[in-house]
Amino acid sequence: MIQLFRDSNFDFVGRRRWAYVISILFILAGLGSMVAKGGLRYGIDFSGGTLIQVRFEKPVSVDRIRQALETVQMGESVIQEFGDTREYLLRLPLAALSSEEVTRRTQDALAKDAELGKHEVRRVEFVGPQVGKDLQVQAIYAVLWSMAGILAYIAIRFDLMGGLASVAAIVHDVLICLSAMSLTNREMSLAILAALLTIIGYSVNDTIVAYDRVRENRAKKRRGETFATQINNAINQTLSRTVLTALTVFFSTAVLYFFGGKVLEDMAFVLTIGVITGTFSTIYIAASLIVDWSNWRERQVARNEWW
Amino acid sequence: MRRQLGGRIALVVVVVVVAVWYLYPPDKTINLGLDLQGGIHLVLGVDVDKALEAQVERAGDTAKAELEKRGIGVTRVERRGTTELAIQLASPQSWDAAVKATDEILATFDRKDADQAAGRLGLALKPREAAHIRDLAVRQGLETIRNRVDQFGVAEPSIQQQGENRILVQLPGVQDPARAKALIGKTALLEFKLVDERTDPESALKAGPPPGSEILYQRRVDKQTREERKVPFLVQKKAAITGRDVATARVSIDQNTSEPYVSVDFNAAGARAFSELTDANVGKRLAIVLDGNIHSAPQIRERIPSGRAQITGGFSTDEATDLAIVLRAGALPAPVQVLEERTVGPSLGADSIRQGMIAIFASTALVFLFMLVYYRLSGLVADVALGLNLLLLMGTMAGFHATLTLPGIAGIALTIGMAVDTNILIFERIREELRAGKTVRGAIDAGFSRAFKTVIDTHVTVLVSGLILFQFGTGPVKGFAVTLMIGIAVSLFTAVFFTRLLFDLIYMGQRKRETLSI
Repeated sequence: MIQLFRDSNFDFVGRRRWAYVISILFILAGLGSMVAKGGLRYGIDFSGGTLIQVRFEKPVSVDRIRQALETVQMGESVIQEFGDTREYLLRLPLAALSSEEVTRRTQDALAKDAELGKHEVRRVEFVGPQVGKDLQVQAIYAVLWSMAGILAYIAIRFDLMGGLASVAAIVHDVLICLSAMSLTNREMSLAILAALLTIIGYSVNDTIVAYDRVRENRAKKRRGETFATQINNAINQTLSRTVLTALTVFFSTAVLYFFGGKVLEDMAFVLTIGVITGTFSTIYIAASLIVDWSNWRERQVARNEWW
Repeated sequence: MRRQLGGRIALVVVVVVVAVWYLYPPDKTINLGLDLQGGIHLVLGVDVDKALEAQVERAGDTAKAELEKRGIGVTRVERRGTTELAIQLASPQSWDAAVKATDEILATFDRKDADQAAGRLGLALKPREAAHIRDLAVRQGLETIRNRVDQFGVAEPSIQQQGENRILVQLPGVQDPARAKALIGKTALLEFKLVDERTDPESALKAGPPPGSEILYQRRVDKQTREERKVPFLVQKKAAITGRDVATARVSIDQNTSEPYVSVDFNAAGARAFSELTDANVGKRLAIVLDGNIHSAPQIRERIPSGRAQITGGFSTDEATDLAIVLRAGALPAPVQVLEERTVGPSLGADSIRQGMIAIFASTALVFLFMLVYYRLSGLVADVALGLNLLLLMGTMAGFHATLTLPGIAGIALTIGMAVDTNILIFERIREELRAGKTVRGAIDAGFSRAFKTVIDTHVTVLVSGLILFQFGTGPVKGFAVTLMIGIAVSLFTAVFFTRLLFDLIYMGQRKRETLSI
């Protein structure tokens, strides 16, 4: 029988401060990169604009394409290789022109340039500025609502403290995902939002498993056992579960990242990061925060008594 | 529970048969999203205010004519803002008569302000009436677009209202997106306007057009240089005849130039009006205006009683065909604007399907192997349950006519990883019970029942975010939420109920069994 972490007894709770430091450093790095890049990069879903995916018959260079676009005053476009040097994403800024006009001009410019050879437009996406703004607002609501839903559910099933700690863990996971996106230059899109919401719903799963165990253990509490030890035991007892369930999902998201095609790549990336950080946050954020909270409360109580 | 074995097997068989029934044949029953089969997704915003303005102006014109018919002099009737009319009477003496008359003629308006001394009357369209016109504009627009799309010939188009004044158009498998878009988005307001020959267009451009007239342009493309220039025309503001009176339109080919043109037949009322108009204005020029652009301005040589007109203007065959379609289908009651567009070519869709399939197979294979290696026979049980999960997931999608999108495929791949989570929770619990010294039978019972509560919790949280995503998402992302939610819900049946059934079948009658392959 293969058995991961048999009778493990790691001191997770004791080393939680190290974990806090690592998380905070990573998030700070992510925030730093966001600030340096002038904010999180939004894809056209949220910022509005036109995106054209073009496949050329033979490999071409970014410069070549830019030259062609410059002839129609669209040299400002973001030109990004997509998979190989035959396929490119052209992100055209939201100009005063209509989407038809932008698309037509681009296609004309590419067709006129003999050196580029034949091309096929495989995808056109246009999002008007109003739609983009609407989606931005809705996206924030979606994230907040799902957090509120989970907070309510955990608070009812366990207690308010557990709910708050779970939401703290979720916020942590979302921040880590956003940081990883900024550090790897990925854009916020609808698909990424879908990935984030999935992570919000999924990463709390392990937390529930651990909380369930805490509650179960509380019934058979041994004498002299501190709350921190109880939590630490619960984490260790459910450790193989936490890691195994994350592992199978990690398999799926990693496969999606490597084989799912370029269009799904960013979404798969965020899901993969989210699964990893979700496991980490179960142990070090959701469970550890409860310990800190209860320690703090005990100190408050002690102080009040002393007064 | 064990005694109901027969019933439980029957339930599984029924569920499988129903799923296969809905699913077969899969290439017909699974709806592919536009991102997989290629096609156009358009969100159009209907400029409902324009429809209101037009309606208010028409009401103003009617009111002016009617008031004058009753002998009440009117200097000016103007639209103010979107829904208001200002009437200036020629003399304040006719005030009482005018107020009485407008109450009657403009019954859909409320009197807003009145200045008896100045003979000025302000009216506003009733809010309920305005809402009705807005609503009608969107619904008529939707019908008109559906009409055009039907005539254009698209298999299984979807055209629906979205929100208050948006129209969602989805056209799968369209080869020429630019053409389809032009066809759908064209207002197609056809107007016949007499050319105002009181002054020439050049001086009207400098001094401003005389009252009741406006300057419109004709676009002329030089055949040699392909250069485009705009020729101004001074025409009467009020259209003599509009596209409303068109009975039908079709493409014909000019015998001399072999260029296509559109031939328009008016209905009875239109034919009469056209006949009267041409009779009264022989020698003058009549501009044929489509959406504010002049197509041609031929001279009226004689009375035309046939009720037939020709629109020429250097069309390509496609352009002429599409113009005939939009004229037959009628004008949009208000202009529309593309707010969002997503077009995917068929080759990209095919690539996405191929890669998505690879991802699903690879993901299944990896998880399958992992469970088998880690949990041996029990792992195999979980794998069979996983297979059933995929079958039921697809069957449910087919049964609900849900659409499979590319993110939806990602959702399936993710479901594979998440569905076995339930089994892992149960199996780990069983192992733990075994270590605690329970018998095989007891460990299985305890494992399933104790893990069940946790399993429900984990399902609820994923479903919560799935539901919110579904509520929020558009097209492709909605597809992701759908597959994820179905997959998770189905896994309750497959990973708990069905796995338990298999365990019971395998270990049935082995009361003395001491080891478990887990």
